Amino acid sequence: MLHIKCPYCGIRSQNEFAYGGDASVKRPELNKDVPDKEWDDFVYNRKSLRGKHIELWHHVSGCRQWFKAQRDTATHEIFKTATMNEEI
Amino acid sequence: MSQEFRIKEKGYINRNKLINFKFNGKSYTGYEGDTLASALLANGIHLVGRSFKYHRPRGFFAAGVDEPNAKLQVKLNGHSEPNVNATEIELVEGISATSQNCWPSVDFDVGAINNLLNKFFPAGFYYKTFMWPKSFWYKIYEPFIRKAAGLGVASTEKDRERYEHKFEYCDLLVTGSGPAGLASAYAAAKSGAKVILAEDKHRFGGSLLMDDVSIDNLSGKDWADKIISELKEMPNVTVKNRSQIFGYYDHNMLVMFERTGDHLEKKSEFTPRQRLWYIRCKEVILSTGSIERPIVFGNNDTPGVMLSSGAKEYMKVYGVLVGRKPIIFTNNDSAYETAIEFKNNGADPLILDTRKEQDSDLINEAKNKGINIKFNHAVIKANGYKKVKSATIGELSEDKTKYDNISTIKCDCICVSGFWTPSVHLTSQSGNKLKFNKEIDAFIPDKSKQNEITIGAANGSFTLHDSINAGFHAGNEVSKKINNKNVDVQIPTVTEKKHNTHDKFWCAPLPKNIKAKRFVDFQNDVSVTDIEIALREGYRSIEHVKRYTTLGMATDQGRTSNLNGLQLVSNIENKIVPEVGHTTFRPPFTPVTIGTIVGREVGKHFMPTRLTPMHNWHIKNNAVFVDAGAWKRPRYYKIGNENMLEAANREAKNVRDKVGICDVTTLGKIDVKGPDAAEFLNRVYTNAWMKLPIGKARYGVMLREDGMVMDDGTTTRISENHYHMTTTTAQAANVLSHLEYYLQIVWPELNVNVLSTTEQWAGAALAGPKSRDVLAKLFPNLNVSNESLPFMGFTEGDLFGVPARIFRISFSGELAYEINVKSDHGLFMWEKIMEIGKEFGIQPYGTEALSTLRIEMGHVAGPELDGRTIPYDVSLDGMVSKKKDFIGKRSLSKSAFNQSDRQKIVGLVPIDRKTSIPEGSHLVIDKNAKLPNPKLGHVSSSCWSVENNNPFSLAILKDGKNMIGKKLFAVSPLKNKSIEVEVISSHYVDHEGKRVRS
Repeated sequence: MLHIKCPYCGIRSQNEFAYGGDASVKRPELNKDVPDKEWDDFVYNRKSLRGKHIELWHHVSGCRQWFKAQRDTATHEIFKTATMNEEI
Repeated sequence: MSQEFRIKEKGYINRNKLINFKFNGKSYTGYEGDTLASALLANGIHLVGRSFKYHRPRGFFAAGVDEPNAKLQVKLNGHSEPNVNATEIELVEGISATSQNCWPSVDFDVGAINNLLNKFFPAGFYYKTFMWPKSFWYKIYEPFIRKAAGLGVASTEKDRERYEHKFEYCDLLVTGSGPAGLASAYAAAKSGAKVILAEDKHRFGGSLLMDDVSIDNLSGKDWADKIISELKEMPNVTVKNRSQIFGYYDHNMLVMFERTGDHLEKKSEFTPRQRLWYIRCKEVILSTGSIERPIVFGNNDTPGVMLSSGAKEYMKVYGVLVGRKPIIFTNNDSAYETAIEFKNNGADPLILDTRKEQDSDLINEAKNKGINIKFNHAVIKANGYKKVKSATIGELSEDKTKYDNISTIKCDCICVSGFWTPSVHLTSQSGNKLKFNKEIDAFIPDKSKQNEITIGAANGSFTLHDSINAGFHAGNEVSKKINNKNVDVQIPTVTEKKHNTHDKFWCAPLPKNIKAKRFVDFQNDVSVTDIEIALREGYRSIEHVKRYTTLGMATDQGRTSNLNGLQLVSNIENKIVPEVGHTTFRPPFTPVTIGTIVGREVGKHFMPTRLTPMHNWHIKNNAVFVDAGAWKRPRYYKIGNENMLEAANREAKNVRDKVGICDVTTLGKIDVKGPDAAEFLNRVYTNAWMKLPIGKARYGVMLREDGMVMDDGTTTRISENHYHMTTTTAQAANVLSHLEYYLQIVWPELNVNVLSTTEQWAGAALAGPKSRDVLAKLFPNLNVSNESLPFMGFTEGDLFGVPARIFRISFSGELAYEINVKSDHGLFMWEKIMEIGKEFGIQPYGTEALSTLRIEMGHVAGPELDGRTIPYDVSLDGMVSKKKDFIGKRSLSKSAFNQSDRQKIVGLVPIDRKTSIPEGSHLVIDKNAKLPNPKLGHVSSSCWSVENNNPFSLAILKDGKNMIGKKLFAVSPLKNKSIEVEVISSHYVDHEGKRVRS
């Protein structure tokens, strides 16, 4: 079980969190013409990287904040976590 | 005579306490401190089970976790457990064990015919034999294999024992209390670090209990006892015996299984049987020791053949002589200690050493004691069926592939030693890639992956001096890391005997004229031939060989077989072992009971139960409950002998005719507050929200970004910047996370806060033509006329002193209101409504009637909004704004979603107007068509229409709107029904929606 450092609450056990996927995905702006490819990339297409990955986690059983984590998908090592407005 | 193989005054058992136990129905005695295995061996019993595939007689092979054979069905404290390792279970009064995988008895087993037929049971036998014909699989092959395979019998009774979970944190966890473990725990503890020391056996000390060594002029055992008693005195140390670390997970979390109850003769009802520890630690020292590996030879599975280390442990720890005329078959020095111990206890050992004649401390000691040693010799095969009677031995040729002289020698046991294999299971589980060490012919740890270090025999250093030094050194390193302290502990002086190098001999060649099976894996009956066949048939990867032959699988996980299997594969392939690689080590290291894994989370403790404030009223009024997530909701209120359908129909009819009340507390409620709340709702919902006036509610549908409907519900504008959102019961948690995602990540510029208020409000839906009459009496000071409180209106009122929110919204399709009060007043509200509604014929209604009412009206719910439907599929076209953007809108323009024949919602009635249509039925044109019969859609929700007095269903049907008027078949193979149905509109009652506005 992972040990995850919530940027607001500190280190907590994995079962307090929900995984939120790739943090680099940006939602296209509202009220803009979005080509099919761009929309499909946003909704469906993910890289499924092996190695370092910046991803979203949600502290659902805690402060309910979404935040970013840099994790190695092969080893589960978590290098860093950050609030949404911090760079990682 | 009982316990005739017990040695006088030897071992660490308590001879003052005699223990009675049963094995295969017969009574025996042993002593406190025995394992079931040592007690049976003390009584001269070697034959304990039959092998998995060939039903060959099998005996004890080891004395600990490495035992592959002695898996028993054990009855204790009224419960029966299969596959219990006899070498690990402690003897207690009243324990009763039976052999597994044999019928009628272990002594005479009918299944042993498989042994004679072994030609027909080669590797991959099941895969090859049970392929054809296909139709035989379910009825003939599968039941046969199930019966033939498997070890013990799982109990079908409820487990009445208590199991616990414990969470623990420490600076250092040390796994194993051998010399390395003790030294490291001691050194780290002295620096003040918080240490947990775990030992799987009941005695601490590991190899120190057996080896002839001295530390600071104390015997190994006395030194271990001294260290343990010092550690136990230290407040920063937890010392645990009977505790197996069985899994090493991410971020230095290890899981331990503690046997807390089974060894106690009397335990209180509060003593758990077993306890699972989740240990999160800063540092881990793995001092898990090593396991002796066998040398492969003919009939090496005969009872009486065992590991040399096992025989020594039975003598030294338990005072049990496993044979009086033993052969010690070895390729190294360590087995000489076993031979010497035999000799010291009056037995007459013969040593067969595969090495050339040589001298060492131990060899010379054996010689001086007059032990007969034959160098350059090997056991070719064991003779005897249920017990070893003799051994066929041979003098090895120069290249060790042939024999020069072959002879037969009488013996009653064969103790085998093929050198030592480090126990690297936990190290490997930590993520450490192992490396092969040619000097010891085994894998050892490579680079540490987590904060772990492997020391002692587990790291391939087999001398006491190295282990103790590594232990103190590692303990000191950990102290430096944790407390920044150097430990001031004197490393003790060690006396031990020097060993010569071992011989790489691992398998005795079988001369052509000698027929015998040579087993590599005892637990799975995998022989040398089986592995040869697998390779001949083209299996190359060791992982594939493992699965095809079952080498190294099941409860012992190949502890004694893995390396010999690898040796064999690499020999045949002309490779070296590291090129072949090893199979993956996975938790658990030893079998763990399901009870321990589950802990206290059984029955109603499996998950929390959510009850509404009105729950006790529901119970008093004969509610039958249904689980809605964690909630208990009244399904219907039973009157007299009604069945569910009768009750639901009565309740629904009462709503249509008069007035009903339903507990809707479980609906998700979310407060949406802030100056940008309207803008946010406008982006979240498919319809327009910018112009909703204060005091009005609106129905809203929200989508996922892929265009699928996520949830629906009403949201009410309470004040300028305050909205009250409701969600379905099932989606409440998901919707909140969804909103938080958009507010925190996508549109952080919006000034909005969301907060779940589900638990804060109790809700009652008041529905039916008489509901306004009830409402008027509940709130005499409020004008509840259609003009003052129209459909989708909202107001606040005073319910006999309790502030209440009144929403004019309807799920039933009738004139209806939902009243919310603070949860504490929920029961008061409910009872008041019932009291006042009495004169209007009010009745409570449950979720069944609720479904009936909404299905008749064609209102969609979970079964239609199943994550595969877009708004256009479920007649929510009118809810989708063309003017503004919202979550998921872009997806709706995808071509697949605009195909004319997309499946859409329709209504169905059976042609006979009698037969109800099972939910989940498939819709087809021709019920007798050849399979696969093209499926046009499925039935999502069914009810008995109380308005029209016949069955009615909602369905999702291909090209639904153009199918109205057509006849189809609803086919349910599960219910064995096919019903002719007519497709009609999904709005079966009050098509124009007049009632809600009345």
